[in-house]
Amino acid sequence: MSKFRTREDLFLDTLIYLFLIFLTFITIYPFLNVLAISLNDAIDSNRGLLGIWPRKFTLYNFQNILSDHQIYHATMISILRTVIGTVLGLTASTVFAYVLSRKDFFLRKFLTAFVLITMYLNAGILPIFFLYRELNLINNFLVYVIPGMVTAFNVIVVKKFIEQLPDSLVESARIDGAGELRILVRIIVPLSLPILATIALFIAVYQWNAWFDTFLYASSRESLSTLQYELMKTLQSAMRNMGSSSVDYVQSATSQMTTPQSVRAAMTIIATAPILVVYPFLQKYFVKGLTLGGVKE
Amino acid sequence: MLAIPFIIFVFIFYYLPLRGWVMAFQDFRPHLGIAGSKWVGWLNFKLLFEDQRFYEVIRNTLAMNLLKLLFGFISAVGLAVILNEVRVYFFKRVVQTISYLPHFVSWVVAGNIIISMLSRGGPLNQFLLSIGILQEPILWLGQKSLFWLIIALTDVWKEVGWNAIIYLAAIASIDPVMYEAADIDGAGRIKKIFYITIPSIMPTIKIIFVMNIGWVLSMGFYQQYVLNNSLVAEVGEVLQLYVIKYGINMFRFSYATAAGIFQTVVSLVLVFIVNKLIRATD
Repeated sequence: MSKFRTREDLFLDTLIYLFLIFLTFITIYPFLNVLAISLNDAIDSNRGLLGIWPRKFTLYNFQNILSDHQIYHATMISILRTVIGTVLGLTASTVFAYVLSRKDFFLRKFLTAFVLITMYLNAGILPIFFLYRELNLINNFLVYVIPGMVTAFNVIVVKKFIEQLPDSLVESARIDGAGELRILVRIIVPLSLPILATIALFIAVYQWNAWFDTFLYASSRESLSTLQYELMKTLQSAMRNMGSSSVDYVQSATSQMTTPQSVRAAMTIIATAPILVVYPFLQKYFVKGLTLGGVKE
Repeated sequence: MLAIPFIIFVFIFYYLPLRGWVMAFQDFRPHLGIAGSKWVGWLNFKLLFEDQRFYEVIRNTLAMNLLKLLFGFISAVGLAVILNEVRVYFFKRVVQTISYLPHFVSWVVAGNIIISMLSRGGPLNQFLLSIGILQEPILWLGQKSLFWLIIALTDVWKEVGWNAIIYLAAIASIDPVMYEAADIDGAGRIKKIFYITIPSIMPTIKIIFVMNIGWVLSMGFYQQYVLNNSLVAEVGEVLQLYVIKYGINMFRFSYATAAGIFQTVVSLVLVFIVNKLIRATD
């Protein structure tokens, strides 16, 4: 690289930095604005709140929705499915990937294809629904965590990672008399931590964000509702009212302390917060994981 | 033999549902089951292809997904190239970390935020009013003519940082010797971008583009599910939503299954063709 900064250089740099600052602003501003609304007095928000700082600070919006039994319960279900779903999914992907990565396994080629095809094969919403009904999964908590346990993408990515570990490790362990399960737990898993962290993040984010399965398979049982699905319902009612003019103002006059807008803002923040907390720490892992997955494709 | 439970599992949850495809050739009634329902041959497919609405839905699906593809590509490659020009490591990292953020939230959360931004009294309207571009607020999500564009742009907003990762990785693997040679030849930075960086990541761009083509009929519909509304339903309904409307809201199970089969089969064919194309270009 040349050490001289020409005029072109300086101009380009200015342009680049301005553009990136603008982009960052566009990305983060909507979140901060919604955060400000969620922390602002509801009636006051109706005057329009543009900034990223609440004008009349209050925690009432959060107290309000967390004291709502339904939303509280839904949040618990979301946490539960995230934890259980991640543990099950991670375990299943790892074990299956290990089996598929063993070069001496005679069905390896066939099974890999068998799994890969499922990436493109989609039987459709209704056939799947009727199958789940036969399996008694409808309106059952297990529908959140069982069907998604093994997904082709996760299995293939982990398999790819395990395959590039040196074979000699497994061989020497086998000579020392270790069983398959022992090899997996003692050797493969500790060496695969980066990829397992990535997969765990993907599964956890998927579980936390999922709402469509609640809608399809569990919408008739309120006790199984998830936070995302509750949020979806409030969003839909906001959408229905969108056509009528300035609905936010009208409704606020009748309700006491809060408005649909503020309720939505607070719920949105609760649904976003866990992700915000987790993902910066895992960043270096998932970048690696994604590039690895991409190589396969 | 650890594999056996998984084989059974994959078979049950991915292959067994295909059995339900026979519903498309029946007048399926849940209480009669597949065994008891009447067979109607290709009638459901015939009805499907005669439905004017079906073609509109296909048009919407293709239009929105192609727009998303196009915008998504240009923005992701562009961001990767620009980020690569940033020399201040800390700044680069901060921008990147923030740019991934929307990828990790669900479309429900993103939808809520977008609706809030684009609402009548929301920031976008306020801003445009204050600088005098608009005379009165616009209900952005209620405009038929803008809906496809809004879908494409909000998708860019959500995914650009994430999609840029793969191109950044590709750029990182370019041999620095090429840039040094260009320096000696006196090439400026812009020249280097267009003659070295972009040509070097072209293979990656090609592969990913071709791969995504295979998904134009079945790409995620959550975004439309969330942002669609009665004002724009005519241009906002995509194939998946059509299946849901008939299958779940109107209980026309067989008809909806037929539409679903159409989607899966066309997608499979596209993926197949695309795979051949990738092999051919290699």
